[in-house]
Amino acid sequence: MKLAFDIFTISVVSAGAFFFLAGTVGLLRFPDSLTRLHALTKVDNLGLGLIVLGLLPQTSGLFGALKLVGIWLLVQLSGAIVTQLIAGAVRQHGPHG
Amino acid sequence: MTISSIFDIGLVVLILAIGASTIVVREAFAAVIGFVVYGLLLSITWFRRSAVDVALTEAAIGGGMTGMLMLGAVARLRLAEGNDTRTSLPTRLAVGVMSALIAAGLATAILTPPEVIPTLAPMVMENLAQSGLGNPVAGVLFVYRALDTLLEKVVLILALLGVWSLAPDRVWGGIPGLRVYAQPSTTLTFLAQLLPPVGIVVAIYMCWVGAKEPGGAFQGGTVLAAMWLLVMIAGLKSVPSISQPWLRLLLVVGPAIFLAIGLAGMVLANAFLDYPSGYAKALIVAIEFSLTLSIGVALGLLAAGPPERVRQP
Repeated sequence: MKLAFDIFTISVVSAGAFFFLAGTVGLLRFPDSLTRLHALTKVDNLGLGLIVLGLLPQTSGLFGALKLVGIWLLVQLSGAIVTQLIAGAVRQHGPHG
Repeated sequence: MTISSIFDIGLVVLILAIGASTIVVREAFAAVIGFVVYGLLLSITWFRRSAVDVALTEAAIGGGMTGMLMLGAVARLRLAEGNDTRTSLPTRLAVGVMSALIAAGLATAILTPPEVIPTLAPMVMENLAQSGLGNPVAGVLFVYRALDTLLEKVVLILALLGVWSLAPDRVWGGIPGLRVYAQPSTTLTFLAQLLPPVGIVVAIYMCWVGAKEPGGAFQGGTVLAAMWLLVMIAGLKSVPSISQPWLRLLLVVGPAIFLAIGLAGMVLANAFLDYPSGYAKALIVAIEFSLTLSIGVALGLLAAGPPERVRQP
């Protein structure tokens, strides 16, 4: 059973790390602010979500698992809202304003 | 070479690179962003050294709060762009030489450690149970080095007085010039309504758990300050003028209670800042809670800046 959990963790966390890599490449390569934001939000949602999902079987108990999910939800919330604010500022003042 | 040492080496390389970039980069805004990232990486380093208390403080103060203060400074510099804000060459040279000297001193201290590193840690661990605390860091802060901790909180108030004293006479006691978000934005309002309840619970938890596990007044206070600033920036609550009695009361309540309990220790226990046996934990938790409030208000006001206007526009 433990082996199954470990395999699950390794594969899902690796998938999460892949999204972080892809998001970072996007951040560096995409041409303007809005598309770069798009790349970043993918990292927040999927990358961190997969890493949290992968770590859930490794937590010591229900509270540990809930804390991890709580962290993911908070990052989701702040990430989504900061992205909105930056995008709003870009629309209003242009990319260098 | 294990995986974790590869991670550590990568971390060190990243920190050095970010540190260098904050110096090399020409624009103040980019340098501040680099500084915030530097603080977050440092906090991961402290975590790797198993110093979770320091890691939390570094993330909260070094990365978050100082970053916010510096961003405020950058914004002010931009407003004053018309004037030549660039310092003269001799000043810059002097700053560079002093910084290099400090770095060299730190490097010698770290690279040539004494044969036997002097430590009081075993004695602390032996006597920690007497205080009723489970977190040795809280034990050192509130039992063995209580005077340092008390003065540290007083310094925070002195720093705030320094910021306030930048105000011109006519706006003294007025409203700090925190940059409030100009247009009411529904997204920011949403965040400022949703996050503070969560943040306040987290702050109380950090303060409470600090007696047993990593956490404490400074970390909790920073979270409180962040929530307060968020609500003010979103425009849900107006920035209070600094002459409000409740504001000044909250600012000093933590150090005042700390001092009162310390003075009571001269009568009830053996010395200044000593706790009567059996009551140590209860008293320390009371001090921590009042300090959390004071630190939260002090940090929030530090970030809000000096008073700039007398009445609401």
